[in-house]
Amino acid sequence: MSTMKIEDKLAVNKFDIDKDVHIQLKEEACKNCDVHSCLYVCPADCFKLGESDNITFAYEGCLECGSCRIVCDKDAIEWTLPRAGFGICYQYG
Amino acid sequence: MEEKFDAIVVGAGPAGSACGYTLAKAGLNTLVVERGKFPGAKNMWGGAYYGPFLHELFPNFWEEAPVERYIKHRKFSFLTEDSALSVDFTTKKFDEPPYNGFSVLRAKFDRWLASKAEQAGAIVASGLQGDDLLWEGSKVSGIKAGGDDLPADVVVVCDGANSILAEKAGLRGDLSPKDMKQGVKEVIQLPREVIEQRFNLNGKEGIAWESLGTFTKGIPGGAFIYTNEDSLSIGVVVQLNALAEKNVKANDLLEEYKQHPEVASFLKDGKMVEYSAHLIPVSGKAMMPTLYGDGILVAGDAAAMTLATGLALEGANFAIASGAAAAETIIEAKKTGDFSKTTLSRYQTRLEQSFVLKDLETFKKAPHFLENPRLYEKYPEFVCDMAEKIFTNDGKPREKTMKLLKQAMDGRISFLQIIQDLWQIKRSI
Repeated sequence: MSTMKIEDKLAVNKFDIDKDVHIQLKEEACKNCDVHSCLYVCPADCFKLGESDNITFAYEGCLECGSCRIVCDKDAIEWTLPRAGFGICYQYG
Repeated sequence: MEEKFDAIVVGAGPAGSACGYTLAKAGLNTLVVERGKFPGAKNMWGGAYYGPFLHELFPNFWEEAPVERYIKHRKFSFLTEDSALSVDFTTKKFDEPPYNGFSVLRAKFDRWLASKAEQAGAIVASGLQGDDLLWEGSKVSGIKAGGDDLPADVVVVCDGANSILAEKAGLRGDLSPKDMKQGVKEVIQLPREVIEQRFNLNGKEGIAWESLGTFTKGIPGGAFIYTNEDSLSIGVVVQLNALAEKNVKANDLLEEYKQHPEVASFLKDGKMVEYSAHLIPVSGKAMMPTLYGDGILVAGDAAAMTLATGLALEGANFAIASGAAAAETIIEAKKTGDFSKTTLSRYQTRLEQSFVLKDLETFKKAPHFLENPRLYEKYPEFVCDMAEKIFTNDGKPREKTMKLLKQAMDGRISFLQIIQDLWQIKRSI
């Protein structure tokens, strides 16, 4: 079995993506961070490092695990759950 | 007119559904709210359920519940990059009801458990999130859900590892990455007969196979494979703070594990049908929130009721038992209509008398022991090296076993460290 990328893995999942973004970055706090733990602890690769060393976040593939919320010590993540009925919808679990 | 429930349970996972079932069966007007489209939609786990408690709640549950296979084999492996040393235990007893354990997929299982609560008379409202608590002074008096105020005598918080409501109730502080493991998993589809052939299984037999080894790069944790009926659950469970500190992604460790020569052949030609992730609270009693307050109880993962000893990582049985214990406490409180903190403190007493807090007390030092990095790198290398030395015939004159042992230890691990670690094992697990 060849190595699979996270985005390809997420592509097989069932999501009901809401128009509302459930996780927001607090830009000021995020800017002052050079650890970028979010890049590693997010199992869905929702956080990316931008060209100017800024973090960007895309909520669509979020598996709602809460890792980023717990790990970020800059308090830079406004973390909520997607609206009820939206987000990841596991068919196996 | 606004309906007031006797009890509202937040979350229809194992804790919430067991609680809702027990309450409704005793005739209490019970609402269970679940934020997923259906119970189980937000839930994942490794995949095996152990223990007799569910059988006590639902005798012979395996005849009707969507269990995949019963666990006939428990296999454990130490893996290095190119070697594996395994132990595979099985006994005739695992073949017989009430069985020792089952592989289970949560999307099916949680729905079944919630249907039992429904059949007993509880209202299970999926697609409804318990957003916040309602308060009357310092007493919890219901929840806010979907823009509505839903009043109740008592609220049982079973909203999982991230428990927002336990936090809002002030029953716990911030969660620490040191207290969490991250599980990532794939479900890989394979024809039933291929699984049975590869793992040497017959009929409904299944295997639970756990591994420790160098694939976690010294990060506390391990990997698992559970056989389902026509799929495999395969994943890694690793310490959250260590991922952050070492800049490692759990998925990369999972990929490395999947490529291991001992593992890869079992997965060949399989089709990946789901990728999932979840947090597991692993520090047991050390991280447990306050379990009760005025008009509120906490159960399951929300209460960190997970047993992690290295040889066991169990949560669902503790969740179900704690959910049922919360319900019994409420049923008793209902007789006098007193849902104060003092009355609800009997929940803790019940748990102390059951395996839930007894096991967590017995193994309260295990989480600390499991932080020992030697377990994940040095010992797997040491035992595999030792095995290689014993089993290799390279035509050279042979050495005595103790000399081989010393060679395998050399520069890797000292006698003193082994003695210290054995002492830790005695103290903690």
